[in-house]
Amino acid sequence: MNQLRTWFLAPARLLTFGFFLAPLAIVVLYSFLTRGTYGGQGAPFTLENYTRLADPLYLEILVKSFWIAILSTAICLVMGFPLALFIARSGPQWRGTWINLVMLPFWTNFLVRTYAWMFLLRDTGLINTAFQGLGLISQPLPLLYNDGAVILGLVYGYLPFMVLPIFSTLERQDPFLLEAAADLGATPWQTLWRVTVPMAKPGILAGSVLVFIPCLGAYLTPDLMGGGKSIMIGNVVQQQFTSSRDWPFGAALSLVLTALVMVLLWFIMRRGGKELI
Amino acid sequence: MNHVLEVRAVSKSFGANHAVRDVSLNVERGELFALLGPSGCGKTTVLRMIAGFETPDRGDVLLDGKQIAQLKPYERNVSTVFQNYALFPHLTARQNIEFGLRHKGNAIGDLAARTQKVLELVQMLGKEERFPARLSGGEKQRIALARSLAIEPDLLLLDEPLSALDPKLRKRVRGELKDLQRRVGITFIIVTHDQEEAMAMADRVALMNKGILEQMGTPEAIYLRPKTRFVASFLGSVNWRGEYGVRPEVVRISPTAPRNGARSHRAQIHSSLFLGNCFHVEARLEDGTALTAEIPRQDQTYLPGENVHVWWHPDDEIHLPAAS
Amino acid sequence: MKNRWLAAYAAFAYLFLHVPLLVLTVFSFNASRFTHWEGFSLKWYAVLLEDHRLIEAALNSILIAVAATALATVIGTIAAYGIWKRSAPVLEGSLYTGLVTPEIVTGVSLLALFQGLFHYFNFRLGLHTVILAHVTFSIAYVVIVIQARLKTMDKSLEEAAMDLGATEFGAFRKVTLPVLMPGVIAAALLAFTISFDDYVITSLVSGVDTETLPMVIYTMARKGVSPAVNAMSALIVIGVGALIVAAEKLQQQHT
Repeated sequence: MNQLRTWFLAPARLLTFGFFLAPLAIVVLYSFLTRGTYGGQGAPFTLENYTRLADPLYLEILVKSFWIAILSTAICLVMGFPLALFIARSGPQWRGTWINLVMLPFWTNFLVRTYAWMFLLRDTGLINTAFQGLGLISQPLPLLYNDGAVILGLVYGYLPFMVLPIFSTLERQDPFLLEAAADLGATPWQTLWRVTVPMAKPGILAGSVLVFIPCLGAYLTPDLMGGGKSIMIGNVVQQQFTSSRDWPFGAALSLVLTALVMVLLWFIMRRGGKELI
Repeated sequence: MNHVLEVRAVSKSFGANHAVRDVSLNVERGELFALLGPSGCGKTTVLRMIAGFETPDRGDVLLDGKQIAQLKPYERNVSTVFQNYALFPHLTARQNIEFGLRHKGNAIGDLAARTQKVLELVQMLGKEERFPARLSGGEKQRIALARSLAIEPDLLLLDEPLSALDPKLRKRVRGELKDLQRRVGITFIIVTHDQEEAMAMADRVALMNKGILEQMGTPEAIYLRPKTRFVASFLGSVNWRGEYGVRPEVVRISPTAPRNGARSHRAQIHSSLFLGNCFHVEARLEDGTALTAEIPRQDQTYLPGENVHVWWHPDDEIHLPAAS
Repeated sequence: MKNRWLAAYAAFAYLFLHVPLLVLTVFSFNASRFTHWEGFSLKWYAVLLEDHRLIEAALNSILIAVAATALATVIGTIAAYGIWKRSAPVLEGSLYTGLVTPEIVTGVSLLALFQGLFHYFNFRLGLHTVILAHVTFSIAYVVIVIQARLKTMDKSLEEAAMDLGATEFGAFRKVTLPVLMPGVIAAALLAFTISFDDYVITSLVSGVDTETLPMVIYTMARKGVSPAVNAMSALIVIGVGALIVAAEKLQQQHT
């Protein structure tokens, strides 16, 4: 058996080592090198790429990225929980359909989804055109290319990740518990806050992690919907590796971003325990 | 030498847990052998070593005199009927049976005929095109049996064959299994934790406890002449009285002392329960010890508080030191 | 009373989820190139058919997604099976780390690796590097889906198969794999979507000559809205929808 298992694990081991761990190791190496005059990187070894992160410019971007990710996660939670509750309380024969309807946008292309919002929000987009046509406004409203648009894009992109885990914990809840709570004189609101929400905690935690992590590392949404005005860490990383050609600094930034995600995850796993999985 | 299977001094540990320690047993050709013991006693591990799902750390497993301890399950002509039957859910009953024939059976040519034969044997003709999900528990067991019998193994292993069935069905299937075993003439080894089941079905029983083989023999032999207190108590209740014990069914109760050479004690009835086929009586002896008796329905009924004599024949005593 | 509020909210949420894509699709049939409705027309679809860049990108995307899905599904399925037999902490740890590493970081690190290889060997970026990248990051998703399915799998099924004469590989192929099939289909579907969807990593490792559909849409979206992109997007929405319906049908047959 062991032989078959070894063969079965070999390709996955080879690929994750060669194309995930090894590249990450190279990035670690680069983060301690000095940028060459024409791009590229070499000796001497330095910690400068990390100390540069203390620059208020980058600190500000870091704080803003966190702020946008937290806000997006919170909005996803507020929007996702009642939706998950609705699906969990609908008849079993309908649940599959409702869930599929949540997942449908997720299955279609992320870029198409982002593009769809740009189509609606831009100065010559549907909303502005319609409002102008109705005479409600004379100048187009600045709906796109700001933090709000970025948050909207992130919420739209990751809402399904919040709904699914919350739904699966709610679905497993015993309906008799709700009856028991009502029996004991709890109003529907009290039942919701004292029974339903606490029991859905593992799902809420899992959903929040699933939304927060991609939001913090987001690149595409701020790039397109923030229009370069609203940038997050992901965009800075990308810039260092492309236009700025400062790979060592980009490498240091990447690692800091990854480390932040890992530390956060480790913290949540330790507190939330096995509930997450 | 008519042993189809010999297990010699086999041991198996899982980490710090010594699941099986130095177990030796032999199974004769054509018999129905039961491996009996409480859960966690190692009987299933022994079965799994015979089937090839586990490899013993030490010791030999001989099938027809040939060492098979290190062979893979597919290299030994032994077949297992799993506790949950383990029917392949994506195959029909017929395809389940053919699975083994295609791999292990050496008669691909008469595949259909052999499938037909075993289906007939387990009385499942007409249901062979069903998927396992559409079979009842009893039917699943029959298909699992047919699947194993089809490859004509030297040895058929049954892991708790009755435990997944509902209690009413169990007694009937017990008889059917025994009957089937006689007809096909294949050696069966049954693992069970139910001593009644083992005694009712098996020609011989091996009783295990905490990884050790306690005793092996015919049901009568181990019931009447247990070698340890564990064996005696596991097979039925015993009133232990110092160096010896008496089973409740050999205890008699009468208003006056018996005249024959019986061992007799004065006692007072504590409680008496009617169980249908007998009375279950708790009596308190003069020395303060309690004694349980199962007395036939025909005997006189006794009321709590009544003063009586309890007695038994010294031949019925089980003499075993308390230390064992 | 409360349930009615909940239903009203759900209606709003579903509108939020679906209206943008619906509007996009509707306006792909607009005769005007502006956001005023001027009547039904298929002209933007005709424009699409003439656009060789878009067609090539679409073909690239499909080729990459099919190749990456096939490889990742096979590799991920057997890896999940291997892990199920006995845990492989290092591999599992790496896979999970890969899942939570920001895409942009995975992308730039692969870029760093490929540039390094480019330096020392005659190694170029192109379709093959994109496929390699996609296979690598899809494996983790496949493993998770298959693991979920394996959790409910009865270990004695494989023992029964070997008991009846199948070898280890035979037991896997004839019993475990068929039982896992719905999970394998779901995993393949996920891998396909993720590959077809990816822009961030793809744009970094594709080199200058290879363009995928998301890359073309990205460039066009930056330049400004074009009804042709609307039409392309509508086609993707419909195509992916059809794929999911087909996969669902296939899965129903298997269960």
